[in-house]
Amino acid sequence: MRFVLRRLGFFALTLWAALTLNFILPRLMPGSPALAIIADHRGSLSPQALKVVEAQFGIGHQNILSQYLSYLGNVATFRFGDSLTTQPGVSVGRIVLDAIPWTLGLVGLTTVLAFILGTLIGIVSAWRRGGRLDSIMPPIFVIMTVIPYFWLGLILILIFGVKLRWFPYFFTYNITLTPGFSLAFIGNVLDHAILPAFTLLITTIGTWILTMRNTMITTLAEDYVRMARAKGLPGRRIMLDYAARNAILPNLTGFAMSLGFVVGGAILIEYVFNYEGVGYLLLAAVNNDDYPLEQALFLLITAAVLVAILLSDVATAMLDPRTRGAR
Amino acid sequence: MATLRAPGGSGGPGDSGQTATPLGGPAGGLYLPPPGAGVSGARSLRRMTRAIRSNGKASVGLGLLVLFCLVALFPGVIAHDDPSAEIYGRALGPSAQHLLGTTAFGQDIFAQVIYGTRPVLLIALGVGVSATVIAMLIGVAAAYLGGTWDGVLSLITDVLLVIPAFPLLIVIASYLHGASTGVLIAVVTAVSWSYTARQLRAQALSLRNRDFLEAARVRGERSLYIIVVEIIPTMTSLLVASFLTNALYAVLFSSSLQFIGLGNPNTVSWGTMLYWAENEEAFQTGQALWIIVPGLCIVALGAAFALLNYAFDEIGNPALRPVRSMRGKRVKRTG
Amino acid sequence: MSSALGNGNLPRSPAERTAGTVLEVRDLSVEYAMEGGTIRAVDAVSFDLDPAEFLGVVGESGCGKSTLLFAIAQLLAPPAAITSGSVVFRGQSMVGLTDRQLAAVRWKDLSVVMQSAMNALNPVKTIEAQFRDAMRAHGVTSKHEIADRSAQVLAMVGIDAVHLKSYPHQLSGGMRQRSMIAMALLLTPELVIMDEPTSALDVVAQRSLMVQIKELQEQLGFAVIFVTHDMSLVSHFSDRLMVMYAGRIDEFGPTRELFDAPQHPYTIGLMEAFPSIRGPRVPLTGIPGSPPNLASPPPGCRFAPRCPKVMTRCQEETPELYHVNDTLVRCFLHAEDGAGHD
Repeated sequence: MRFVLRRLGFFALTLWAALTLNFILPRLMPGSPALAIIADHRGSLSPQALKVVEAQFGIGHQNILSQYLSYLGNVATFRFGDSLTTQPGVSVGRIVLDAIPWTLGLVGLTTVLAFILGTLIGIVSAWRRGGRLDSIMPPIFVIMTVIPYFWLGLILILIFGVKLRWFPYFFTYNITLTPGFSLAFIGNVLDHAILPAFTLLITTIGTWILTMRNTMITTLAEDYVRMARAKGLPGRRIMLDYAARNAILPNLTGFAMSLGFVVGGAILIEYVFNYEGVGYLLLAAVNNDDYPLEQALFLLITAAVLVAILLSDVATAMLDPRTRGAR
Repeated sequence: MATLRAPGGSGGPGDSGQTATPLGGPAGGLYLPPPGAGVSGARSLRRMTRAIRSNGKASVGLGLLVLFCLVALFPGVIAHDDPSAEIYGRALGPSAQHLLGTTAFGQDIFAQVIYGTRPVLLIALGVGVSATVIAMLIGVAAAYLGGTWDGVLSLITDVLLVIPAFPLLIVIASYLHGASTGVLIAVVTAVSWSYTARQLRAQALSLRNRDFLEAARVRGERSLYIIVVEIIPTMTSLLVASFLTNALYAVLFSSSLQFIGLGNPNTVSWGTMLYWAENEEAFQTGQALWIIVPGLCIVALGAAFALLNYAFDEIGNPALRPVRSMRGKRVKRTG
Repeated sequence: MSSALGNGNLPRSPAERTAGTVLEVRDLSVEYAMEGGTIRAVDAVSFDLDPAEFLGVVGESGCGKSTLLFAIAQLLAPPAAITSGSVVFRGQSMVGLTDRQLAAVRWKDLSVVMQSAMNALNPVKTIEAQFRDAMRAHGVTSKHEIADRSAQVLAMVGIDAVHLKSYPHQLSGGMRQRSMIAMALLLTPELVIMDEPTSALDVVAQRSLMVQIKELQEQLGFAVIFVTHDMSLVSHFSDRLMVMYAGRIDEFGPTRELFDAPQHPYTIGLMEAFPSIRGPRVPLTGIPGSPPNLASPPPGCRFAPRCPKVMTRCQEETPELYHVNDTLVRCFLHAEDGAGHD
């Protein structure tokens, strides 16, 4: 219980740090670019939104401390103001909420898939060591992990989108279609998601394979695995029940954490494919100097990471009997 | 005394609770090996050089790295054209004069790739070194000083660790309206040091109570001496790993920032080449090489660092090395 | 009871016991493939084991005794491998068989007890689950039989059946060790190989565990190979003792004979290093020097560099095992050709 409280305290602290960063950064930058933009777009903002933005960026006549407090208050009540330039006048909250499902769908599902596949490949790769394949595969996996997302995305667009014309590579769905739960629409969504998902899968799976392989190798050297062999247990049972079950524990923590990075992690993929998720929005906001939107997204991404870490701590506690109510 | 470990042994160097975590970033998560156990200073250096030579991955990685360094140092020797000069025919395919063709603006792509090596390498080395130095100072200080100092430093490290690096980079870079090489180094360093600081602190903690330190303390050496002369050389392998990891991150992060236009688009670098290529829709206009080649260079340089890192991991943890089969010597069934 | 479980608590009848030896090891050698070359950890070891015999194997760290044990059980993993020799268990050759081929014999006839139960038991499975795995792998599938037998073996080592539901980390050190021994007896094997099972325990627990092992052995009639560095501990329980040094057998014979009259200078040195509590006070003597580097062992007798009775011959030729009454000694001092005495 005390552990949980400490963790929550840590998260609160981190959130606060992110908020404060968000508050300080625009004020540090030379030239107050924020002020210029806001002055330009004053007209399109509603009065409440204007107040929020002013508190955030230091316009107006309050001193810095009261600006800070009103800023914190606004965040606590989810008042992020309106978008300045991306979709002028539309509330930031609305824009963000529209984008979240796309990112969660694409990146979330692909991360889960990459983890499952990568872990399985890692398990088998560790179990079958010593072959000729074993000296070539790991370096290949290593190289897979350094491929930049965005570049791979471009290459896949070149091959499958432009040259072969198998898949579309812009946006989340064909904009001439009406969104809804019709088969046609869903099919179209999936069609658009295949290339970005594939890109993400290839670039992320290498890490999972390598981490699982390495923990498996260390685990396979453990005495209890040797004991399992001595008991004459069938190979598959040893591999899964004795080795993998122990090896996977540290990797699950990593997995849970990486889920947190889902929200912010695929920024470049969304950018390359014009896929309108959270990452794409962040870059659009950056390019348009849409500060309120930018800040809200940054906070969202940070909060998502924290939630994921919390979940991963809980998962570890539940899965490892040694931490579960240990004496 | 030569003691033989029982076959397999029970567990390699302690995992100290750190696991390799794929961190969100521009390349789908990088595999960062957990810290290996430290070995004392000079012996580890000799062992390292011997190990590098015998390890295939390390040799390839080192070879690539040296190649890139040479290219960065002497670009004029290899490419004879001015990379920024927009004087050639536009969007030409590869030919004898232009090995990789020209860009939509009439620049020689090959020259750009060659000259673009230096900024990338500068950033990689710059971030690698400074992030490692900062991480070392903070990590070791936290471990050695303990108490409230440790608490405060660790808290700062952890908070920075959790805040997602790439989004933060984007936000900072956007406020700066584009970043030059120097700024990129500073900003990427600021975002990267916390990961290795945690590893270094963990290792320093485990070393803190070892006998050779106790001996130094009893001899009356001052804390600073102990930290610099005794602890740090023992952590060489981890420091090298930290350098490689941070250099790798730097290459990918900086290229990504440049790609989305947050670097200085007027410098010639692999990332900026990709930015312009994408802007000019190089694929549609048939200038595939403009996109393919700089990306391949990023992969190659990244692979150099990653392979070296992986090889070091194998060297530190012998259990991970490729298994040498004794099939030839195995005894066949008798009777 | 199904035949897989043997006769439960009853010792095997003479008809069931293997006629002749349980284990025959001939010229067994094990090598490790290391970066700098190969290391021969076990060098041409040969011995026989009779049914229900308690054999103690002693020696310093690195002498190869644990390697020998794992070689017999076919549990070596790369870089270690058996490079020559044979291991015949109950008439069946074991070397070179795959895990699948060995599965029929493993645990049912030959089981293993390791040094640290904390490491040898799967940390994420309960004790009963691990017992169940072993039994299921050998054809015992009925839930009742499994539960009964599990409770039974635990009772044999003095542990209440309620601990079946525990995870290894929830038991005390001594209990863990004993449950590991219980697990080894699940299928009433003929041979139980033990690798320093008492080293992780305190002195009192060590003693009581040894007594328990001996009792079980006499009750159920299985043979034991017991590896340890603590010669005095094992000598109270063993029928024969094997002293290993640098991968070779240096002395091998009935415990009483070996203890009362050690022949090999190394054995003598070991005995003199453990003064008797009740005997007269004698100055403590150790054995100077350290065991040889097996990557480049000394020529001839491997103990020669440290031997107080070394002769020139010792560094030129390798001594064989010579008979002294019922004991075998690898020392030129006892060479039959009489040239041993300078």
